[in-house]
Amino acid sequence: MSEFMQFLLSGLTVGAVYALVALGFTIIYNASDVANFAQGEFVMLGGMITASAYAAGAPLLLAATLAIVLTAVIGILLNKLAIEPARGAPVASLIIITIGASIFIRGLTQILLDKELHRFPAFSGDDPIHVLGATILPQSLWVIAGALLVFVALWLFFTRTLTGRAVLATANNRIAALLVGINTRYIMALSFALSAAIGALAGILITPITLTSYDIGMTMALKGFAAAMLGGMGNPKGALAGGLVLGLLEALTAGYLSSQYKDAAAFVVILAVLFFMPQGMFGRKVAERV
Amino acid sequence: MSLLDVKGVSISFGGVRAVQDVSFSIDKGQIVSVIGPNGAGKTTLFNMLSGVYSPQQGEVRLAGELVTGMPAHLLARRGLSRTFQNLQIFSAMTVLENVATGFHLQENGSLLADLLGLPSARRRMKRSEEQSMELLKTVGLERAAGFEAGSLSYGALKRLEIARALALQPQLLLLDEPAAGCNAVETEEIEKLVAQVAKSGTAILLVEHDMKMVMRISNHIVVLDHGEKIAEGTPAEVVSHPRVIEAYLGVAATEEATRYAEC
Amino acid sequence: MKRLSSKQVTLLVLLALIALAPLFFPSSYYLRIGSLVFVNSLSVISIVILTGYVGQISLGHAGFIGIGAYACALAPVHFNVSVLTASVLGAVVSGVVAWVVGRPILRLRGYYLSVATLGFGMLIFMVLNNEAWLTGGPDGMVVADPGIRALLKSWGISLNNAEFWYAFNGFVLLIGVWIALNLKHSATGRALHALHGSEVAARTVGIDVARFKLRGFVISAVYASIAGSLLAMQNRFVTPDVAGFMHSVEIVTMAVLGGAASVVGAILGATLLTALPQILTFLQEYEQIVLGLIMMLVMIFLRGGVLPSLVRMVRGRG
Repeated sequence: MSEFMQFLLSGLTVGAVYALVALGFTIIYNASDVANFAQGEFVMLGGMITASAYAAGAPLLLAATLAIVLTAVIGILLNKLAIEPARGAPVASLIIITIGASIFIRGLTQILLDKELHRFPAFSGDDPIHVLGATILPQSLWVIAGALLVFVALWLFFTRTLTGRAVLATANNRIAALLVGINTRYIMALSFALSAAIGALAGILITPITLTSYDIGMTMALKGFAAAMLGGMGNPKGALAGGLVLGLLEALTAGYLSSQYKDAAAFVVILAVLFFMPQGMFGRKVAERV
Repeated sequence: MSLLDVKGVSISFGGVRAVQDVSFSIDKGQIVSVIGPNGAGKTTLFNMLSGVYSPQQGEVRLAGELVTGMPAHLLARRGLSRTFQNLQIFSAMTVLENVATGFHLQENGSLLADLLGLPSARRRMKRSEEQSMELLKTVGLERAAGFEAGSLSYGALKRLEIARALALQPQLLLLDEPAAGCNAVETEEIEKLVAQVAKSGTAILLVEHDMKMVMRISNHIVVLDHGEKIAEGTPAEVVSHPRVIEAYLGVAATEEATRYAEC
Repeated sequence: MKRLSSKQVTLLVLLALIALAPLFFPSSYYLRIGSLVFVNSLSVISIVILTGYVGQISLGHAGFIGIGAYACALAPVHFNVSVLTASVLGAVVSGVVAWVVGRPILRLRGYYLSVATLGFGMLIFMVLNNEAWLTGGPDGMVVADPGIRALLKSWGISLNNAEFWYAFNGFVLLIGVWIALNLKHSATGRALHALHGSEVAARTVGIDVARFKLRGFVISAVYASIAGSLLAMQNRFVTPDVAGFMHSVEIVTMAVLGGAASVVGAILGATLLTALPQILTFLQEYEQIVLGLIMMLVMIFLRGGVLPSLVRMVRGRG
């Protein structure tokens, strides 16, 4: 029982990260119909930039803030330089563009920083806390709390603020949003900045536990995509649910089946969802009009 | 036995009943038109008959065989072909190739022969192309054979779709607003074409808004409104039918109807 | 004399290029690059068949390359067959796997299909990487000599290793191009082209869209598998990276660069991205940056790839 509890806790921790990545996917997908494969690189950048700044002597909070801001800027640049010029291109082109962007960012990081594993200290120490017969790292609590905080904050943003509602409107119908005076270009930039910042935060929260390096992005993106699809592409509630479920499935796979194939859990989930439940847990069924 | 027998087909989308309990039949060589105000369910009916949607209730028989909900490519095998209101042409292929796709079923070839470029494969292609040219001549597009399909005018593309549909040598041809967006000259050409096709034995089911054309060429008319059949009969019968006039509403419709009733 | 078809012209030009290029090579190192270009061309043609004809992007095609490669390593050891027979077996296995996996995957579109193929490729990589007892794991496996060079020698034809693989791969490429062009100009090719243009209309003319997509997918997988087998035989060694995500990305980039709709474009893209880095070896470190940039820039500015854009420029818009 305590073993199961252990898997549950580690599953929730990693699931919280996947939920955040999925949320980033969802925001950009809602704003622009683009599934941004570079989302995983934002997570990598959050961890790597923080680690580098910290190693260079900056206090942790400053390093983290710097990382989030820088990553948000990179997100805006990605939109401006790669996505916007390709507006209206077929899906195949967009897939290639975002994959190209993710590889580019990864290559750049490899050159500018290095290929090593990096870490920085946990926010409140490494002494495990005992709960229900299992242990959990304090950092895990930070991860889960952080993720929940982000989700709540974003929910408030989208439903209570004018800007947030403008984002939803743009997501719903870009032309109509334009017509009522919403600056859709600004909204797009904002969506990318927000997604990038959330991704970076996820990376910062998890690095003290799992470490980071220049190439964690693609796997992270795939898992975030799997989580978003599981929850229903474009649905923020789904992103949270999908992320947590995926994290749990992965932890249980690692624990009871094989730790070597734990990454396979995400792929199996993707394939299963695509074949049996394409709209995910909370998505809508879409019919094609002839 | 009718060529096409539609009995009580219905379909709903979400809570909306798009088509409700519609029945009618078409005989060989007949031209039957389906008319009705916008949103009456005509294209939805078409899509159910041509395998795009599956009716939730009712049955459809083609030459006696039950074909309800059969996918489009199997219906094509049984001699049913259609054109599209919003055009579905292969814009990256040439005009000739577009029509040649219509001979796909006739080609019935082996993949191996195709991969190895065997003479039998080449002969099949050549025959399809020759027959496609004949069809292009029928619709008056033979000079455009080598052009990229996407470069043709709207009216020409409508005729191209008809040529492609004819390549299947269908027993029943479904034409979805063939004259929509066409000018007077183009409409006349389409009308002549449709009459020609019917004369050669192919039954035609037509959805069309151009009332003059409908009245001129149809043997039989079915009127839909809000997804239900509200009248059917010869053009003369339908045009003076009170429910039909009511459905179309407005002074203009009543005037036009009275004018036709007096013809 | 009867006018040559475009297919025949393409094949003749290709044959001439392959036969005459070695005359300009300063050293036999270039023969090795050449044979690598030929193998990559086959991989890229497999993408072209899928993307250009069927219209979908596969991000996991290296999985099939891996099957072909590891078949050559494993089958001779476990089933006591020759390496060449093993490559045929690999192609068959790839075809069957593609047939099984393709049916559900091809029901998807766009991102979903690409992600599914990505998942598929990753699963193959994981198995090859983790099952070290069978595959040697990340350290890889040795591949036996296929013995063709020795056979040729017994017939009096003496070629060194670089010469042999250049000629052999070039020969296999020519056959591959011939088949791909046959396909393009055939009824099956037209059906594939049609379903790429409009699935709805394709069904209306009687094309069984699902069946034809699957055919395209299976043929594409067989091409990739053969490319993998050639790689394994030529290098006498395989590692799981041959099935890895980066390899899938490399061949997709080559396809994108050259224009993913044509066989000639495939060869062009493969040549550019294989030969250039090999010659400019300092680019190795920057591979990811360069690939990423190419993918983005080509898709944004050269819609459709280098070759179609050049063709458009020469023909003039219209």
